[in-house]
Amino acid sequence: MHEVSLIESVVALVEDERRKQDFSRVRLIRLKLGAVGHVEPDALRFCFEAVTRGTIAEGARLDIDIVPGKGWCSTCSRTMPLDERFAACPLCGCAPLLMTAGDELRVSEMEVE
Amino acid sequence: MCIVCGCEQPQGLAGRHIHDHGYAHRHDVDHHHGRGEGTIDFGGGPAGLEVAGLSQERTISIERDILTKNDAFAAANRTRLQNARVFALNFLSSPGSGKTSLLVRTITDLKHRWPIAVVEGDQQTSCDADRIRATGAAAVQLNTGKGCHLDAHMVGHALDHLSLESGSLLFIENVGNLVCPAAFDLGEAHKVVVLSVTEGEDKPLKYPDMFAAADVMLLNKSDLLPHLDFDVSACIAAALRVNPRMRIFMVSARTGAGLPAFYAWVDAQASAAADTVPARMKDQRR
Repeated sequence: MHEVSLIESVVALVEDERRKQDFSRVRLIRLKLGAVGHVEPDALRFCFEAVTRGTIAEGARLDIDIVPGKGWCSTCSRTMPLDERFAACPLCGCAPLLMTAGDELRVSEMEVE
Repeated sequence: MCIVCGCEQPQGLAGRHIHDHGYAHRHDVDHHHGRGEGTIDFGGGPAGLEVAGLSQERTISIERDILTKNDAFAAANRTRLQNARVFALNFLSSPGSGKTSLLVRTITDLKHRWPIAVVEGDQQTSCDADRIRATGAAAVQLNTGKGCHLDAHMVGHALDHLSLESGSLLFIENVGNLVCPAAFDLGEAHKVVVLSVTEGEDKPLKYPDMFAAADVMLLNKSDLLPHLDFDVSACIAAALRVNPRMRIFMVSARTGAGLPAFYAWVDAQASAAADTVPARMKDQRR
């Protein structure tokens, strides 16, 4: 879904950064993506090269860190692993867990020169 | 089909910027006009980079959400709508669920109580805006070209074309798509997802992001139920599993069945929005 728009937004963030800090080339862009989120990492990789062509991010490598899903169970009062948005607590079966991680969509860092 | 976003267009997104800049619009939020929204130049030009001689490689920590820009435009839209005391709903669904028919019916039934304006999102044509204008409501058509969703920047420009009356309703009809529009906040008060009974009852489980993002679900085309095997209770259970706070109305845009309950919800919410003192005025009072 909408991965092209998202990569465009990544490029915009990189351009923001270039206005603050002087660099001429981006070697690496590292993203954090939630495992339960709405973005398909392979689709991001697929369009990355095409979208960044002609931009400050052209030629950069794209690294994607997947953040595992976690959810809070109010019955068990503890954080449990979460593999789908509406999953029940694997301990007590209460549904749904309140998602606390796994929906990330962030640029975490980049390497520049 | 576009294999990037799944929309019914050949791959290669070259969305059009839908306007020229012959009118005033906000520039207090940082944005670019060199490329239109949703415009990606796959042809690409030369890199345009100056490689400095001896610059040193380093790592920069950014930690910013990818949708930061869209969210900033959405926040600006939301403030603008709240200050104008306009209650905005963002209608989302797959193509063919009856969004436009539902809006036409709703406008016809509510226009005597509320001034109503509409932003219509489609990839091409102004057919839907024409249908809305036939009801007497003001409508702006946003054509996204090959883009598969509306974003907050486009909607901000659409607002420039509407004279929004204080205490009015704004209906935004998103591009028919149960996937992408879920992620893009437009500045609305609530997202309303429309699901028709001619679709599968398991759609909320298949497209959980959309149903988790919405506050209201309209289960449309209820007049067709006698002819279908659609399991209403299974559908409602699926929606509540994805989103336990979902408010669900079973309606028929054709017969009007069930719509009074939805209208009552709109009336209550819009009245509350119209009575709310805008944040900016609150600040001035302090």
